[in-house]
Amino acid sequence: MVKVTVDGIVVDVAPGSSALQACEAAGKEIPRFCYHERLSVAGNCRMCLVEVSGGRKPVASCGFPISNGMQIFTDTEVVRRARRAVMEFLLINHPLDCPICDQGGECDLQDQAFGYGADHSRYRENKRAVTDKYLGPLVKTVMTRCIQCTRCIRFSTEVAGVPELGGVSRGENLEITNYVEKALTSELSGNLIDICPVGALTSQPYAFSARPWELKRTDSIDVCDAVGTNIVMQARGASVLRIVPRINDEVNEEWLADKGRFVVDGFRRRRLDRPWVRVDGKLQPAGWADAFSLIATRLKGVPGARIGAIAGDMCDAESLMALKDLMGMLGSPNIDCRQDGARYDTSRRDFYTFNTGIAGIDEADALLIVGSIPRQEAPVLNARIRRRFVDAGRGKFPIAMIGAPNADPTYTATVLGEGPDTLAKLAAGELPFAEVLANAKNPMIIVGHGALTRPDGQAIAKACWDLAVQMDAIRPDWHGFNVLHTAASRMAALDLGLVPGPQGRDVAGMLGGGVDVLWLMDADEFAVHDIGPDTFVIYQGHHGDAGAARADVILPGALYAEKPGTYTNTEGRVQRAFRAVMPPGDAREDWRILRAFSEVAGRKLPYDTIEALRARMAQAHPAYGQAEHARLGAADTTAPQPGSVAVAATPFHPVIADYYLTHAVCRASPTMETCSGIYVRPATEAAE
Amino acid sequence: MSTQPTAPTGAEPTHFAFDAESEQQIAVILAKYPPERKASGVLPLLYVVQKQMGRQTGSAWIPRIAMDVVAERLEMAPIRVYEVATFYLMFNTKPIGRYHLQVCTTTSCWLRGSDDVTAACKKATGIRAFGETSTDGLFTLTEVECLGACANAPILQVDDDYYEDLDGPRTLELIEALKRGERPTPGPTIDRLNSAPAGGRRVLVDETAAKPQGQG
Repeated sequence: MVKVTVDGIVVDVAPGSSALQACEAAGKEIPRFCYHERLSVAGNCRMCLVEVSGGRKPVASCGFPISNGMQIFTDTEVVRRARRAVMEFLLINHPLDCPICDQGGECDLQDQAFGYGADHSRYRENKRAVTDKYLGPLVKTVMTRCIQCTRCIRFSTEVAGVPELGGVSRGENLEITNYVEKALTSELSGNLIDICPVGALTSQPYAFSARPWELKRTDSIDVCDAVGTNIVMQARGASVLRIVPRINDEVNEEWLADKGRFVVDGFRRRRLDRPWVRVDGKLQPAGWADAFSLIATRLKGVPGARIGAIAGDMCDAESLMALKDLMGMLGSPNIDCRQDGARYDTSRRDFYTFNTGIAGIDEADALLIVGSIPRQEAPVLNARIRRRFVDAGRGKFPIAMIGAPNADPTYTATVLGEGPDTLAKLAAGELPFAEVLANAKNPMIIVGHGALTRPDGQAIAKACWDLAVQMDAIRPDWHGFNVLHTAASRMAALDLGLVPGPQGRDVAGMLGGGVDVLWLMDADEFAVHDIGPDTFVIYQGHHGDAGAARADVILPGALYAEKPGTYTNTEGRVQRAFRAVMPPGDAREDWRILRAFSEVAGRKLPYDTIEALRARMAQAHPAYGQAEHARLGAADTTAPQPGSVAVAATPFHPVIADYYLTHAVCRASPTMETCSGIYVRPATEAAE
Repeated sequence: MSTQPTAPTGAEPTHFAFDAESEQQIAVILAKYPPERKASGVLPLLYVVQKQMGRQTGSAWIPRIAMDVVAERLEMAPIRVYEVATFYLMFNTKPIGRYHLQVCTTTSCWLRGSDDVTAACKKATGIRAFGETSTDGLFTLTEVECLGACANAPILQVDDDYYEDLDGPRTLELIEALKRGERPTPGPTIDRLNSAPAGGRRVLVDETAAKPQGQG
């Protein structure tokens, strides 16, 4: 450690730190625009000037390396005057349009101008004006406001891995642009809005909607993928107006995928806000009591084996638990959460978990991806892989993929093959990458749902596990076997046992008349039209999508923003979300609906409060009673069951056809629809 | 105020490929860099493009599509090539005339009469302001910073050639010659050799000094 004195405060900082980091360690706030702790240092805004002992002039602290015994002064007359001069230069060409700027109230330039700005301008010449650029449907540009900090260039190049932004021309004519008026091809483009310190890059869908001080902030969890990104729901009145990421270094650092951010305008569209029942083939509005009694009457005399339930991809753990208990009360073994038909051995938690952990990626030194396209299935996790790839340096973090030959993963990955036969070759040591894996200290294998949603999914999972054991990737101090989930509810559902019991039917078995009464909770992502014509369908959920269209009774549920809930991400981290707004109309929290119905059906669920329900969850699985998440290795290398279907030779197929339209909420979002039209459809059409 | 470096609509060709001559030059250029560092060749390659466009179309400029070709050849992101090509004023990102008249107007040249050179260029070509192309498409007039030949000020650079020690009438003559399709010999337009004193040697004229050092 290096000893540095900042304004008389002695701090110990790691060697190689910058003066700015030392100042932060001493609790001194240094103004900055271009410096961002997750990006490379550019040192071009000059706002972070400080004085250093022995130096003749102020230095930019962000790029100034510390040395032992160095004395830094952050609040001298020289520093203040230097910063004021820098601010004056920055403001020369910055428009005075704060009243109509969406960044107003959360603008770094605005805030710092309070500290270092002058009350008038000495500049008499013409200000510079810059034409706005087109960066796609999500990011709105007002380039005259740009102060050329180049954070966006560094973000797109370093974090997102799509080097599409740059600075063209020079001097006064320097402009930040992609030069070609083409939409940014990144699933992380929304983060540009957050990192832009001024109002040059703002959110297009949120434009002119609200001021930051009007918004009520609620901590929540993103359920558009299984990463469990920590988010903040920002609401005014009854509607959530925008979603921004929350910092969690263990999970998402400070990034959020575009779907999780911009899905918000689907929250109030196509909502189910009252119960409906089907009368003479047509859905009619009804009251809760009518709907419940209709279901209770229909259930009378139906044996448990003829009742089934399917849980969707966005459910909270509480409602999953309640659904599981309700089906138990009704005597039904037919319950399933795997709408995509994925197959897992659920006898041990690490058979279906991303065991290395998202933060664990930083420690891995070789990676094999099987049947997965992380860039689409979990963009934030993919950014973590990319960061590890970049940080490790050339060739130090070899990555190979099996399947997805045409996907651009944003890092260099060798495509070994397209199907499970490649996996066998790898196990037999026939491919050079087998040696890379074997020589790695902490190898990782990611198994995606492109592999698990096949009939032979379990056999492939076993093959991957065996390979991991063979590579010594499963040890007490390291677990290199990872399942990358795509559904936010899947981990919790598997933990809580939402899989068919003995002689129970899975999703496919419940279709085509396999059951007489089918309870769908948020379930729209399976072959709804294959439900038998005589099956009585109850749809409990928030959006009028495929499931609701087929339903005989609709029970309006709550969206993830409208209920307190527990979500488990793909690495098994149990995280809690809070209620940002109330559900619309007669819609209710899902576990309460199930609890209320159980009483009407005469089989009362034994919990009246969410705390009691959470106690029940902790009893069902220990992970739900623990406050902390711990990454674990495994001493027991016994492989998961291979299932009954042997490995077939067919190549892996991607599980996500359209990143922007994967669930009912984004299908209700006009922004996601626009994105799909711009990013996905032209590509699909070109492929055809 | 701010300039868009992109070419006017319609000027951008739909296709660009290096010809045999360019390929030969590229092979020489890329041999200088290790394969994983070949992005270093972006500057010389852009010159190759500009030269080829001059050969093929008579207008030495770099269309965007050619920048994409360079990016592909050097395995770098296209935006990185756009950044370089727009940074250096020696690369023309929009079409220019057959002859690129580059007048140096920095201090030395200005003191020695670059205003006359500029006026002569404008008069002879009909161009009204810097950055414009003459209506016959023959000339583009550009104001450039110091060309590093102050001893021979004022300078007019025509494409790659320096015409030195100019004044108004000699500039007019030069441009008329260019119009006729001639290429006068580059260098000083007055009686002097390179940057040696005008009118012959003035100092160290005795014989001992004329002898090479160390042989006296």
